[in-house]
Amino acid sequence: MGRSLSIIKRCSTLTSLSTRQVLQALVLSHLDCCSVVWSEESQGTGNATEHTITTLPIVIWKWEEIHFPYLVALWVLVSWLCKLVFQQNPCLTSVIPESGLLICIGWVLGGIIYGADKVQTFRLQPFTFFFYLLPQIVLDAGYSMPNKLFFGNLGAILVYAVIGTCWNAATLGLALWGCWLGGAMGDIDTGLLQLLLFGSLIAAVDPVAVIAVFEEVHVNEVLYILVFGESLLNDGVTVVLFNVFNAFVSLGGAQIDAVEIIKGIISFFVVAVGGSLVGVVFALLITLLTRCTKNIQIIEPGFIFVLGYLSYLTAEMLSLSAILSCTFCGVCCQKYINANMDERSVSTVRYTMKVFANGSETIIFVFLGISAIDPSIWVWNTAFILLTLLFIFVFRFIGVFLLTWILNQYRLVPLDFIDQVVMGYGGLRGAVAYGLVLLLDENTYKEKKLMVSTTFIVVYFTVMLQGITMKPLVTWLKVKRAAVAERTLAEKLQNRTFDHMLVAIEDISGQIGDNYMRDKWNNFEEKWLYWLLMTPFARKSCDPIFNIFHKLNIKDATSYVKEGERRGSLAFVRNESKADVDFNKNEYVSFFPSRRDSVPSVCLDMHEQDLKMRESEDFDAHHVLQQHLYKGRKQHRHRYSQKHLEVSKDEHEVQEIFQRTMRSRLESFKSAKMGVAPPKISKHLKKDQPQKVREDCTQCDNMYVVYLTLSGIVNPAFMAEMDTMDPMPPMQQIPSWLAEAEVDSSTVAPSQRAQLRLPWTPSNLRRLAPLRLSTHSNDSFLLADSPATQEGISEIIGHVNLPSKSMDSVYLTKPIP
Amino acid sequence: MGSTNSTLSKIPNVEELVQETGFTPAHIVRLYDRFEALDKEKTGHLRPQDFGAINRLAINPIGDRIIGAFFSPGQETVDFHSFVRILAHFRPADKKRPKDPSMPEPVNSRTSKLKFAFQLYDQDKDGKISRAELLQVLRSMLEMQVTEEQLESIADRTIQEADLDTDDAISFEEFRKSLEKVNIDHKMSIRFLR
Repeated sequence: MGRSLSIIKRCSTLTSLSTRQVLQALVLSHLDCCSVVWSEESQGTGNATEHTITTLPIVIWKWEEIHFPYLVALWVLVSWLCKLVFQQNPCLTSVIPESGLLICIGWVLGGIIYGADKVQTFRLQPFTFFFYLLPQIVLDAGYSMPNKLFFGNLGAILVYAVIGTCWNAATLGLALWGCWLGGAMGDIDTGLLQLLLFGSLIAAVDPVAVIAVFEEVHVNEVLYILVFGESLLNDGVTVVLFNVFNAFVSLGGAQIDAVEIIKGIISFFVVAVGGSLVGVVFALLITLLTRCTKNIQIIEPGFIFVLGYLSYLTAEMLSLSAILSCTFCGVCCQKYINANMDERSVSTVRYTMKVFANGSETIIFVFLGISAIDPSIWVWNTAFILLTLLFIFVFRFIGVFLLTWILNQYRLVPLDFIDQVVMGYGGLRGAVAYGLVLLLDENTYKEKKLMVSTTFIVVYFTVMLQGITMKPLVTWLKVKRAAVAERTLAEKLQNRTFDHMLVAIEDISGQIGDNYMRDKWNNFEEKWLYWLLMTPFARKSCDPIFNIFHKLNIKDATSYVKEGERRGSLAFVRNESKADVDFNKNEYVSFFPSRRDSVPSVCLDMHEQDLKMRESEDFDAHHVLQQHLYKGRKQHRHRYSQKHLEVSKDEHEVQEIFQRTMRSRLESFKSAKMGVAPPKISKHLKKDQPQKVREDCTQCDNMYVVYLTLSGIVNPAFMAEMDTMDPMPPMQQIPSWLAEAEVDSSTVAPSQRAQLRLPWTPSNLRRLAPLRLSTHSNDSFLLADSPATQEGISEIIGHVNLPSKSMDSVYLTKPIP
Repeated sequence: MGSTNSTLSKIPNVEELVQETGFTPAHIVRLYDRFEALDKEKTGHLRPQDFGAINRLAINPIGDRIIGAFFSPGQETVDFHSFVRILAHFRPADKKRPKDPSMPEPVNSRTSKLKFAFQLYDQDKDGKISRAELLQVLRSMLEMQVTEEQLESIADRTIQEADLDTDDAISFEEFRKSLEKVNIDHKMSIRFLR
């Protein structure tokens, strides 16, 4: 996009060095040590090497040679240590967002350096920022982006990003111009175009700041994705506006005619779309590469980073939007590379990205603080600064409300007032604006220092003040609303039921949310992309139900082993008597990711209310309901977090529901076959009248078999029995783990969980053994233990999973031979 | 997908459907495509297994109940008309419908939607949600960690709050009353695509 180009061009014109030499000098002077010091030192080095030595030096002081990398490393270390410092005090971090604290520490450090050197030797240079600190943050943002949510809301995000940013820029520029004309700012040398440029660079919401602040305020998913998506995608607009106005200012006001304006509009499309395309191309490259890296798994993660960075640089080189390119690279490749790569590589990539991103963010904020402690850059013009702050704030809110009002006409789930307020308030500016403002040419922009100062103030205001007050604001707003409408238990329950109902109806009617396009895309993806981009093994594991099945088996295997360890050894398997396996809840809670008591999505208020209601009896019921209702698909908390590598907590919820559903279906099929009423939780085993309609049976068999398979137990002998419809009451042959066992006094009363899902205990397996005719054990338990038989599972699933477009045919299969 | 007209001609009684449910012909065509996609064996009817084939329903706590709601009591299959009629409950309410007392209640009015929701609870169709039925629903919607006693106390409280005539069950009127503050139209509508 020409940021780098403009710096280099500017330098070469100023110093009449060739571009290449300028580039070299730039690269070498990253930390912007005072140029005087630099030249002195280089001379010193030269002199030193000319000294003749009179005796063999044992140790030499080599500071001049290594001081550059040393300083870089030292500064990185110092920045990260700052983070360590205030993490010691968690109360502090809960009030002031981390970014704010980092800036404060930056001030302190800057003060120290300034005090020591009388000049600010270390500043955040735009080049460093844009090429060494920003790319990893953007790449991490793209890679961890919740895709479904992102693309589902893409329309709204684009509206906010494009129209919203243009609105912000235009109104701010015009308003400032109006005030300048009115003389409110005193005598500053600027003009409409310059003010418009300033408006455009300060109008953009900053992704770094948004991540930093929203991390700690848990807002609901949709809101988060809207603000966050906007902050990423508005780079396209910002870049264009910046370049266009920069060019206009250089051309001079007189040269601007319709042609130029049209060119400006065209350049927007080229830059934005081009940048995204570059990102997509690189995503393709990454995916294809991971398809072939089976044998060099150790460097696999490296490819992701290098190619991601290259996508950023390539877009930059072509003067397209680099942030868009990097974002879309991450967004498009995440699904496929996660499937293609080995699990360890995936963890490595995820974790390393977070390390880099978090690290960069820390450095950025510390340096934002340090760079401010430099009297030479400050020019204070109260009116300008205050007016800018005011206008930014006001116009942001107006813009958000206007756009949301328009959008709500088309959205199925409208954004309510509180969300809009939070969105408006969350329009944080940050380091990107700072980097852009430093790129301005001093000669063209006489008031550059003023603009820099204003940018600093704006950034500090938004990051610190708005960051600090964001959480209290959210809490306050919600509490106010909730007090007005206190919901009854029935309402709460029913609301959740409605959510589930809607999801179910959407699934049945095939209208997924709102997106016919998504359906088409899914089909296209399954047909072509999976084949092209993913390894064969990865393709198979894409089915979500298979994944659940797989995870359930792993969990069972783990519990089996754990139980064995608890009892001393796995030898207890051989014990013929019914195992005294007490699967009480306590032992199993550890398997479920503990429900962190972070405030769930939108309901900060409910938390408060529950605390208030502690005295009344109502507390129990409301609280339990609140905590334990299954969340519908729409309500899952946002999973994107820069600091935490979260496994989504709703996975265990999904598994529970899946198990339960399978179980009840199994029971209802069983009863349909046998002609008994659907069993209640604890009895029966009636030997009963045969049967029902025979025609049903073949269907039922298939279904039954499939359900059995998916529940993890495949018993060919058993199935053979079913097929022949043995007159002997099949009940007896149903492994007793399936049917509810008679309550035996020797067994421990099963827990809640065990009642609903009798665990596949080793002892139960024992009972199963005589029924097996084949030696090949298909039981998931044992399979899970031995990796060699993983193929067994996939084979079975291979039977079950007829590859088909809609993937709905998992349950309808040919009978398993 | 075939042209709309040709698909439309395959569906019997389209005009009647349009009248009754308020879907446009384009909607109906899309729903017909979906119906055919679900009806793998091309029998013209759907059975519970066909619904069971939809993966995502398996991970929905009330998925099976919803499936059950499609089947009228005693029937084991669903034909296209019933399919569409049930789905019509979820059409967003028509804002400009004149209140005409002589016309039967349209299928996507607030009352009809509530009736549908009520039937999800009331499995034995006696017009009341008994304590046992409520317990069943609660059990399926709450995590396993919740104990029986907690469940029962929640069920008791819920009935207490909603039950106005103290018969220890929730009738449709009481159900409706307890939900008067909820925006049913929003909560029970999905946007149907053309």
